[in-house]
Amino acid sequence: MAETIKKEEKPVADKITVGHVHMSGCTGCLVSLADNYGGLLTILDKYADLVYGLTLADVRHIPKMDVALVEGSVCIQDKISVQEIKETREKAAVVVAVGGCACYGNITRFTRGGQQNQPQHESYLPVGDLIKVDVYIPGCAPCPQLIRNVCVMAYLLLKGNKDQQELAKKYLTPLMLLADRGTEACGCDLMYDVVNQGLCMGCGSCAAACPVRAITHEYGKPNVNREMCIKCGACYAQCPRSFFNFDVIPEFEGIMDAIDAALK
Amino acid sequence: MPLMRHSNEVREMAGELGKYKLCVSARSADKAILKRAQDGGIVTQLFKFALEEGIIEGAIVAGPGDEPWRPRPFIATTVEELMSASGTKYNISPQVSWIKEATRSYGLDKIGIVGTPCQMQAVRKGQLYPVGLRDVPDKIKLAIGIFCMENFSYQSVKQLVEDHAAMKMEAVKKMEIGKGKFWVYGQRGQVVQLPLKVTHKYEQPGCHVCLDYVANLADVSTGSVGSPDGWSTVFVRTRNGDDIWSKAIAAGCFETKPIEQVKPGLELVTKLATEKITKNQKTVEERAKFGVNKSLRNPYLGPK
Repeated sequence: MAETIKKEEKPVADKITVGHVHMSGCTGCLVSLADNYGGLLTILDKYADLVYGLTLADVRHIPKMDVALVEGSVCIQDKISVQEIKETREKAAVVVAVGGCACYGNITRFTRGGQQNQPQHESYLPVGDLIKVDVYIPGCAPCPQLIRNVCVMAYLLLKGNKDQQELAKKYLTPLMLLADRGTEACGCDLMYDVVNQGLCMGCGSCAAACPVRAITHEYGKPNVNREMCIKCGACYAQCPRSFFNFDVIPEFEGIMDAIDAALK
Repeated sequence: MPLMRHSNEVREMAGELGKYKLCVSARSADKAILKRAQDGGIVTQLFKFALEEGIIEGAIVAGPGDEPWRPRPFIATTVEELMSASGTKYNISPQVSWIKEATRSYGLDKIGIVGTPCQMQAVRKGQLYPVGLRDVPDKIKLAIGIFCMENFSYQSVKQLVEDHAAMKMEAVKKMEIGKGKFWVYGQRGQVVQLPLKVTHKYEQPGCHVCLDYVANLADVSTGSVGSPDGWSTVFVRTRNGDDIWSKAIAAGCFETKPIEQVKPGLELVTKLATEKITKNQKTVEERAKFGVNKSLRNPYLGPK
């Protein structure tokens, strides 16, 4: 008689499924996710099952999932990459571009091929040039705490109660609008979309956000060293005059408490 | 596409003065601080207390820069450094630019920062949306906001002082905006007052879309308006701010008076806050139809 095997019950039935899709990136974004340390374990324990990830999950083909975290830009000379990014769009309900390369190309914007062992790989496109992307997390490397916040909010959006869904929607909206804004970013955005628009008030957020220290302030306004800019998009996204949502940010105390509590 | 909610709708929910737990008129109990202070020495005193108690390990303040009256953000880790930054400079100091550096080059785990209302908005955005602020959000332990109607570029202040007030920048002892005038006090005792009408055109353009007068998002915010000369109005806003303020009061750092018992009191603060926000809300709306079927960007509606 066949023995009935009792399967271990999942402690949390209602997790979301998340995958990490690795395009042409340096794995720094994945390291940033891991840099949440205990927080990452809590996320995987309570809120999300990692169903795909080259280095973390033993799954060969891109499965169906709720949220795809895409790292890296897409090399259009590499058939598999192109195929996988299209498949990601088909299989994932929400596609998040994580990091400067996925959002804007970042340093891969400067590649012209010639590198070993695939010298013909010369054209790298931000994910949004090939598929519709829902949420942007710019920056190089993206900040662990922002990745964490987006993961928690994605969970609340898909599995939370009405109030939580409402909060998650409000929180994610500017990051969705960033995705909608396009696939080009540069320190020049500070000039075009902030200073030229009469919006800069010299707070210094852009300089703080810049990972390569390309931004200084001269008499209270940003001065971008364009030779140094790697086009990660962090400065503009960090600027309080790129977006400032009055329905979310003034609630910082409660939201930060809620995120802390969720990760306990 | 989703849209961010209109700023006026949300602003009405919080009110012009923002959320606060406590509002008092106060001044430092330390004579040395008062001597150098713009008004009640609140910022210097509260940071000094926080430094000495280990609540913060350093504070980003606006210290002396390369030219007279040109501020430069720097990280004060001692009381002496803190004292060197006291007083209002009336031009831009990009305070937030040092916020990540404070945790890196300086290795601080507990940071204080003082800034204008827009800089407090930048700090809170940075905590909720830390795009380029790795490991910074939970290290901000005391954010002090200062009331602000508008700011000037360094060149604008120079224009006002040297052209309109006919004084050398290095000869100025104190600058002040109060009682409807821009005051310039010289080292030799001379005083020049300019009507604010003169100063308006030199204001920083970015200030004209600002919808916050009393630093609604700070832990503690302070400014001269509402309190008698030599005193400051103080709003204690967050749980964290309340905790630090109560400890400072218990330690005897401040003299306080109930805000209801001082002149001109909260009525004036509310009046000025309403004026600023109403005027700037109008500017935001006018920007929407600035050109011919072309608008200027509205940051409160999104990043596009």
